Amino acid sequence: MTLFWILLMPLFGCLMALAARPWSRSYQALAVALFPALALALLVPLIPAVLAGEVIRYGFTWLPLLGLNFSLQLDGLSLLFTLLILGIGLLVILYARYYLSARDSMPRFYAFLLLFMLAMLGIVLSGNLLQMWFFWELTSISSFLLISYWSHQPDARKGARMALTVTAAGGLALLAGILLIGQILGSYELSEILPQTATLQQHAVYPVVLLLVLLGAFTKSAQFPFHFWLPNAMAAPTPVSAYLHSATMVKAGIFLLARLYPLLSGTELWFLTVTLTGLSTLLVGAYFALFQHDIKGLLAYSTISHLGLITLLLGLDTDLAAVAAIFHIINHAIFKASLFMTAGIIDHETGSRDMRKINGLWGFMPVTATLAMVASASMAGVPLLNGFLSKEMFFTQTLHQGVLGSLSWLIPVLATVAAIFAVAYSARFIHDVFFNGQPIGLTKTPHEPPRYMRVPMEILVALCVLVGVFPELIIGSLLQQAAVAVLAAPPPAYSLAIWHGFNVPLLMSVVALVGGILLYINRKALFMFQAGFNETKAIYRFEAFIQRLVRRCRHSIEKIENGSFQRYILLLLLALLALAGAPLLELQQLRGQRAALPFDAMVVVGAILLLVAAVATVLLVRQRLLALVMISVVGLMVSLAFVRFSAPDLALTQLSVEVVTVVLLMLALYFLPHKSVKQSSSGHLVRDFTLASAIGVVVGSLAYAMMTHDAASISSYFLQNAKSGGGGTNVVNVILVDFRGFDTLGEITVLGIAALGILKLLTGIPRFMASADGEGRLWSKDRHPLLLAVISQALLPLALIVSVYIFFRGHNLPGGGFVAGLITAVAMILQYVAKGVDWVKPRLKVEYSTLIAVGILLATVTGLASWLFDRPFLTSWFDYFELPLIGQIELASAIAFDLGVYLTVVGASLLILANLGKITTRYRPVHNPVQKEPS
Amino acid sequence: MMELLMSIVIGVLTACGVLMLLRARTFAVMLGLTMLSYAVNLFIFVSGGLTAGKGAVLGRSDIYSDPLPQALVLTAIVIGFAMTAFLVILAIRARADLGNDHVDGNSGKSQEDSA
Repeated sequence: MTLFWILLMPLFGCLMALAARPWSRSYQALAVALFPALALALLVPLIPAVLAGEVIRYGFTWLPLLGLNFSLQLDGLSLLFTLLILGIGLLVILYARYYLSARDSMPRFYAFLLLFMLAMLGIVLSGNLLQMWFFWELTSISSFLLISYWSHQPDARKGARMALTVTAAGGLALLAGILLIGQILGSYELSEILPQTATLQQHAVYPVVLLLVLLGAFTKSAQFPFHFWLPNAMAAPTPVSAYLHSATMVKAGIFLLARLYPLLSGTELWFLTVTLTGLSTLLVGAYFALFQHDIKGLLAYSTISHLGLITLLLGLDTDLAAVAAIFHIINHAIFKASLFMTAGIIDHETGSRDMRKINGLWGFMPVTATLAMVASASMAGVPLLNGFLSKEMFFTQTLHQGVLGSLSWLIPVLATVAAIFAVAYSARFIHDVFFNGQPIGLTKTPHEPPRYMRVPMEILVALCVLVGVFPELIIGSLLQQAAVAVLAAPPPAYSLAIWHGFNVPLLMSVVALVGGILLYINRKALFMFQAGFNETKAIYRFEAFIQRLVRRCRHSIEKIENGSFQRYILLLLLALLALAGAPLLELQQLRGQRAALPFDAMVVVGAILLLVAAVATVLLVRQRLLALVMISVVGLMVSLAFVRFSAPDLALTQLSVEVVTVVLLMLALYFLPHKSVKQSSSGHLVRDFTLASAIGVVVGSLAYAMMTHDAASISSYFLQNAKSGGGGTNVVNVILVDFRGFDTLGEITVLGIAALGILKLLTGIPRFMASADGEGRLWSKDRHPLLLAVISQALLPLALIVSVYIFFRGHNLPGGGFVAGLITAVAMILQYVAKGVDWVKPRLKVEYSTLIAVGILLATVTGLASWLFDRPFLTSWFDYFELPLIGQIELASAIAFDLGVYLTVVGASLLILANLGKITTRYRPVHNPVQKEPS
Repeated sequence: MMELLMSIVIGVLTACGVLMLLRARTFAVMLGLTMLSYAVNLFIFVSGGLTAGKGAVLGRSDIYSDPLPQALVLTAIVIGFAMTAFLVILAIRARADLGNDHVDGNSGKSQEDSA
């Protein structure tokens, strides 16, 4: 549970950052820092147990069918990262307080930073791969927000976009890899999958899994050839770089490699891919770092190089390589964060990051200069500092591996070459910035930063020295436990001592130091050589690539989507024809074995009537009223078909919907042009006729095949359980309100949404009043015929009684909420038709939209009520009671649900029709014979 | 042979519906959609096979018609109504705002040819 709270703390901090907006800057920083500090305080009591080898877990099942559990675990590796994330996070919060200028929005910055902290903690604490992936993507998104913090700068926007594209694309590859792992091993829980190394590695898909996961890790950790996003992410504010690009974000990929080390490593493919990627990144980063003129650019390439070093270590086949990798993760985080902070201070105090301008700062800020020199000495691997120790371990491991077979000797040689460059760029950082003459063309006079801005640096540099001098004392046990977590076994014995005697690794260090200094002194020639390359910046190539892609996509979309609705329908129907027609070709015989029903004269007559009416609708479509009459005949015959073929519920529903639809279409006739122009050319008619016939033939044949073939149906289940499980004998109604109640709930929600959408469409519509019909005849002056008014008024109570009756008998006999609702709606609509909106409205003070809301709410609450009894959503309840006089009655929760359905149907139907009718009523120019249409 | 008759009815209704769906005037499209709804409802309904005179009400007979397609169609009828209503109002609104009843919202002289 403590783990859960630790994870939540940054989230609270994120909200706090927004809430603290009105406070002063220092209080804002303090309020935000409180939460990571609290998380750290919660973490401290857990540390002894973890250092003793215990793994602390917390979790609960979430979506067990997907294998997605909420699961947290804290072992040595997670502890190490959690300490880095929270510790450096706190220092960065303090640092950013002084770094951000008055123009920058502090709440926004802190909120993004804490969101990122949450995501990072989520990755390292996750015990479930899917959950880890979620946080993984969250880091991509929050880092996008942080890099683009100064969104007015084009560089920041482009850099952020690039980082997001690269890392999120890698994230998708990772997701694919994770899903494959889950498929093969049957779980996403780390505790369950990590022991199954053999199963995964012997599986045929293992290479795919490995490459996908590595793709995710390499993009995140800026490995060659995906490294280009990191230098461009330097457009971020420097505290962001100090946090994301030294200790956290870029280490997430490394963390993933370490986390899945027991599962994925150990194969030839792993050794080769990881080693070679790491090696090339190490060299590329170290080489290019030397040529950067921007301080942050230098640090970015140096970070790439160090990430390559760690990756290389994870790819070596010696046991201690992993230990060295973890050790270097810690050391790199510490010295690189402090160096980024130096860069930020210099930028802040001089207004520039260009090393050709800023020189001789030793004279202006000696304290900062000293701190920076210690940190960069650590980066170069100077003895008595932490960077030296892990670099020594690295050299030792390169000497003991055999990854490349007989060419394995190349790795220590190339490692030394990279180390020479590392010393050279570290030397450049020190010499170019703090010595080398006087500053050139600076806008500000440099001076020491505010006192507390330097504190984070001082702490980190102190750690560099302390770890460098007393490694075993300070991080010995943490390193040991982290190594246990990575190797899934205790690592072989190793010593963290500073002095191992005169040996080859020491020789390599000496060569690197001397070679690096010599290289720096003779750098002119190398710079000249490098200037010979015509460099195009990665960002321009990337942007051009993206823009080409977008253009191409837009082009092809425009080709398909030209704005013609008729064409879309045509394409859709053609697709339908292909999809529905193809299976028919495979069917050997259309007629199946099921016994056929004999002809019967009534049905034949009805069918002929229906066919004639349907064809007449098409032929008369331009004489709109006649077409409407014809289609209502079709609807009527369809209802009769339902009666004939044993579907009384459907017949009732169809009949009442028919009435409402026809009224609606009548109103539409009124609003649409009364005269119809011939539109389609003969060619189009032929084309459409052919397509329509083809689809008709396919659908008709499909229906015939379906009706004549015997098919196993799940219906017997419903028939057997309707009475015992749902308490009703009308199986159709029981399915609607009980078995498939959730579908019905969704359906009435859709109905409600449609009605509200219609309401929205109708608001603000220009009032439209035609005074004559298409042939110039005036509308009748007798707007509400007396006879109709009298009859409809008399019918209303009767209709309401019928609908109540239909509603209550619905559970056992044909009827139910849908039908009853439609009958009520029809009765009410009749009032509107007979007497007009003006008459009905003051007499019926019901908001139809409220009615819909109440209906949906009632249905939902009925469903929720079953939770009170520990049953799944929408479990229905029923029982029988004995009442005096009436006898036995049944009460079922389904009735309440059905009432919800009833109310929604009434509300939606009336909302639609009453609002449409309302537009017409008033201001009709009765005596004006000139027809006016809206323009 | 009632099945044959029913398939013919479904086929013709579908064809008529599709034909009208492809017209350029909104009113024809509305009728087409309504017609297509009839066809689809009947199609789903008959997927349980044709049964005469035996509803899915327990205790009324020994053989029952298939209740599942009926439940599906019952909701389909209501949803179909909501959809038709939305289309009708959309057409009215388009007419009021754009001044014509062409499905593409233009006066409808040339667009048809591009299809």
